[in-house]
Amino acid sequence: MEILKVSGVNKAFGGLKALNNVNLAVEEGTVHAIIGPNGAGKSTLLNCFVGRLIPDTGTVMFGDTSLIGLKAHKINQAGVSRVFQTPEIFSDLTLLENVMIPTMAKRDGEFALHAFKRLDRDAEIHDKAMHMLEDVGLAEKKDIVAASLSRGDKRRLELAMCLVQDPKLLLLDEPTAGMSRADTNNTIDLLKRIGDRGITKVVIEHDMHVVFSLADKVSVLAQGTVICEGKPQEIKGDPRVQEAYLGGAHL
Amino acid sequence: MTTKTSPMRDMIFFFVFAVAVLTMPVWLAPIGAGYPDLLQKFAIYGLFATGFNLLFGLTGYLSFGHAAFLGVGSYSAVWAFKLLGMNPLPAAIMAVITSGLFALAIGYISLRRSGIYFSILTLAFAQMSYNLAYSVLTPITNGETGLRVLRSDPRLFDSSSAVDGPLIANLFGIEMTGYAGFYFCAVVLLIAFFIAQRIFRSPFGIMLRAVKTNQNRMNYTGLNPRPYTLAAFVISGMYAGLAGALLCITDPLAGAERMQWTASGEVVLMTILGGAGTLLGPIFGAALIKYFENIFSAFNEQTLHEIFGFLPDFLEGPVVSVTGLFVGEGWHLTLGVLFMLIVIFLPGGLMEGFSRIGRLFKRSSGKSGPGSATAPAE
Repeated sequence: MEILKVSGVNKAFGGLKALNNVNLAVEEGTVHAIIGPNGAGKSTLLNCFVGRLIPDTGTVMFGDTSLIGLKAHKINQAGVSRVFQTPEIFSDLTLLENVMIPTMAKRDGEFALHAFKRLDRDAEIHDKAMHMLEDVGLAEKKDIVAASLSRGDKRRLELAMCLVQDPKLLLLDEPTAGMSRADTNNTIDLLKRIGDRGITKVVIEHDMHVVFSLADKVSVLAQGTVICEGKPQEIKGDPRVQEAYLGGAHL
Repeated sequence: MTTKTSPMRDMIFFFVFAVAVLTMPVWLAPIGAGYPDLLQKFAIYGLFATGFNLLFGLTGYLSFGHAAFLGVGSYSAVWAFKLLGMNPLPAAIMAVITSGLFALAIGYISLRRSGIYFSILTLAFAQMSYNLAYSVLTPITNGETGLRVLRSDPRLFDSSSAVDGPLIANLFGIEMTGYAGFYFCAVVLLIAFFIAQRIFRSPFGIMLRAVKTNQNRMNYTGLNPRPYTLAAFVISGMYAGLAGALLCITDPLAGAERMQWTASGEVVLMTILGGAGTLLGPIFGAALIKYFENIFSAFNEQTLHEIFGFLPDFLEGPVVSVTGLFVGEGWHLTLGVLFMLIVIFLPGGLMEGFSRIGRLFKRSSGKSGPGSATAPAE
């Protein structure tokens, strides 16, 4: 079944056509990678999924809901979580607090005036958040302020914040950008592990190593259009892809 | 802010705070602050700053117009006196309600913007309120003269018990002046502090801190920051309104100058001076500023000559004339210098200073005994 269906999406910034009639279908339970050279429109496309940008024309359907025109928090409440290129976390708060917030958002909705309840008495939220931190291997750092984490750990934390909400669809915008090889491999392992949960993932990635070790299906975007789609192995050999993406060089 | 919290610790903390506030007349007497008028101010402005801190300290939204709510609270309280009688309780309740509604309206509009634009919007609204109180709204505010309770007012519930002498708020027969007034304010402060403490520890409180840290992530976490900030704005406006009511309970007169931007700026100073985002900081800051205002502004050439009398004459003259700039009318200069020093060297305010001193003692406690500890400067 298709969990995300993008049809006929166009987006122009002034004279620049960033997305040109993009069609894309993401199957439930798969890892779908979107690759392409710089300026191909990958991030623009992702921003159209989460309410940051509104396409000029076309539809973005998440299950039976149209995501176009919905506010970011509504889209999240519908079951779409997003990991950013640079980890977006609550850097002044502790790791535990960082994970408790999305846990509460999932349970209590977009706004709840619990001004007189004690958070430290809320065992349900605490345990769920703690469990998640253990899952990503950050449990012993739970009382540290998030700003002091390494880049790789920030990414783990951000992933934990998304995963604790049990999203139906997880969008990852270059999850290993700016990471060391070791951190990259750790992140890949982590992403593979959470693959077992059956969460559908859309990954935007530069790093071919990451793409080929994670993706079930790859869409190649160039100049705002999907030029090619298929299994990683098929993509690897496709001359159009090599032309557009690598300027003719061989993988 | 990474300290562990527990209900038990909070109870102890609150208890110690309550004892400290209620015994202020005793332990503040040696530094010349043990008289009721000043103590009332400590409690009232402590309350004002605590409320301001709920907005600024937690969400990071810097309102430059909080004095408007102080003024609205004052006017409502005086109107409650005029209409219902001199009991402070209905006055306080009415002030909280009207200032809450007022904050809802102003907050709804101002919170469409953040950062400097939000500050300017709140400032504009406060100045508008101030000017309206002087001009168009004179029937309600009595303009320049200020609003006071008159003998001819209806005062539904106590008009029969005609009293001689000035009209003073009284709580079931206890007149709200002097120490009685202070204790009334202190109890209100304690209740408000307790609520603030609960908000700090609540899921709502942590959401407000999330607003300050990263609104973008908040949006993508399925949370709508707007109602959170609006709720914080309204609660903090209610605190300000309550403080305004207390000002009138201890002295039943409301004037428009209470809404001026200098008053809004003062509460910002108090909060930053004490330590924004901490529970106790704003109260320390408020007390410090009010103490300086009263003590330093009371100094004059004469007292300075007495203080520096030990110096030889050729030194005494210049020293007195220089220090004279910082006292009396010029006490704001002292405040300015102090503010600069604190912001530069202790960005976390007095609370950061205290915790640094605390850490220093912890580290050196292994070597030296707990000698005559130099108490942190009040």
